[in-house]
Amino acid sequence: MSDTRLIPLSALQHYAFCRRQCALIHNEQAWSENWLTAQGQQLHQRVDHGLPESRKGIRYERGVEVSAPTLGLTGKLDLVEVEIATGVCFPVEYKRGKPKQDHIDLIQLCAQALCLEEMLNINVSHGAIWYWQTRHRHQVEITPELRQETLSIIDATRSLLNSGQTPKAKYEKKCQACSLYDLCNPKLTFRDTSRAYVKTIYQENADEETAK
Amino acid sequence: MKKLQNSLYITRQGAYLHKERETLVIEVEKEKAMQVPIHAIQAIYCFGNVMVSPFLMGFCGENGVHLAFFTEYGRFLGRLQGKQTGNVLLRQTQYKTAELKPESISRNIIAAKITNSRSVLYRHLRNHGENADVNQAIVQMSSSLRRLQKRDNLDSIRGIEGEAAAFYFGVFDQLILPSVGKGFEFNTRSRRPPLDRVNALLSFLYSVVGNDITAALQGVGLDPQMGFLHQTRPGRDSLAQDVLEEFRAWLVDRLVLSLINRKQIKANDFEIEVSGAVKLKDDARKTVLVALQNRKQETVKHPFLNEDVPIGLLPHVQALLLARHLRGDLAEYPPFVPR
Repeated sequence: MSDTRLIPLSALQHYAFCRRQCALIHNEQAWSENWLTAQGQQLHQRVDHGLPESRKGIRYERGVEVSAPTLGLTGKLDLVEVEIATGVCFPVEYKRGKPKQDHIDLIQLCAQALCLEEMLNINVSHGAIWYWQTRHRHQVEITPELRQETLSIIDATRSLLNSGQTPKAKYEKKCQACSLYDLCNPKLTFRDTSRAYVKTIYQENADEETAK
Repeated sequence: MKKLQNSLYITRQGAYLHKERETLVIEVEKEKAMQVPIHAIQAIYCFGNVMVSPFLMGFCGENGVHLAFFTEYGRFLGRLQGKQTGNVLLRQTQYKTAELKPESISRNIIAAKITNSRSVLYRHLRNHGENADVNQAIVQMSSSLRRLQKRDNLDSIRGIEGEAAAFYFGVFDQLILPSVGKGFEFNTRSRRPPLDRVNALLSFLYSVVGNDITAALQGVGLDPQMGFLHQTRPGRDSLAQDVLEEFRAWLVDRLVLSLINRKQIKANDFEIEVSGAVKLKDDARKTVLVALQNRKQETVKHPFLNEDVPIGLLPHVQALLLARHLRGDLAEYPPFVPR
């Protein structure tokens, strides 16, 4: 058995959202639910628990576990659609929200495709993301550019997690939506006032003395 | 911030606790005495002969509900620990810091302890007028604090802690009002067993609050046994004892003084054994726990965070700040020194 640490697929998305969040969740094992994450969990419970079924020449497999040692990834896929005749795989990721401006969701889907490719030694050319808020399914092409971007995020995530370091917080607007807000406390470490604070403990002492 | 939920203190002898669907049921003599939704509970403390069903234990373990057992007299026996959580890297840093440079955290904690103890004395002067002895103790403690700032080895930090504690407890007797009457004389701090009523109250509450701190430390992934100031000793939660130093005077001593001075606890609320050991009676223990529980619901402005925090969450906040310091987010560990 190799002892290399496999990075969970979910870490890529956490990394893309916030490097500190990624380190907090995957290294410091901090986790806290807010209503956004709770809703996501509920949605995934529904998706993951379906039994495999076949319809019109396609097999639907849910909660498919994958690991790709070469990529250094492991994780669980919401849904994989397999064309029975050809064996072509098509990963589908379920998202609670709606399509985003950035590539976060696409990168996660691409990483899933890469895992399937490594495990099955096939080519995965397309996948889809299903958004719960808009009830729309978006077909995504796994282009060379997307692959490149995904690989570099995988590399960056791996080196962050292997470093054991948790990056300092930087307070931004998106912090408000983060379920780890209280555990991270971005405003607190954004500007570290601990030295001054400790000094005042002794300082107040001196003030009281002179007041006498 | 993490939600402050209810802590349940079960002092009724022979009670049986079990889980019925999503509720917790407390049975006494096969009758339902209480039924509450289980998700609203953060901690269950059982005193003496209290039984807990395996399913309820399982629920507590899985959901991070703190379940601890004490003797009837409040001595800690054990606690249920669920799956080991938190960051092993954090604990590794904690061990390294404890071994290689425990001084700054220890010094900050003792600075808080001295300041907070001195505040109890100031408070007494404000409320009850001048008192030369108390004044003298304040001056001496201020001098300890001043010298503490320059100390950078553990032994001398501990030495200063000891002398400041002696000044403080030297006048503690005078904080108990003359109107209280006999039975609450306090000479010196005694424990295992406490030899007078005041010490019995102090020991009981230090033990209960110490346990809250242990739970909070575990909650953020720290090892409550590996302390900085208190030497490591098997079976002792040294880190919890370290953090407890910040809270002794401000939380426990003040509560004990007000229970005594307001005559909520009376001399006949205690039993004295042949050995001279003093113990709280069953009903009185309940009075004390209710008073603590009420206090935990009050909020206070956290001096470092500058946020209103329920007192019951303070151990959690300090545990979090300690973890943040160890992980390098904060240059110093900011101890709890309310203004």
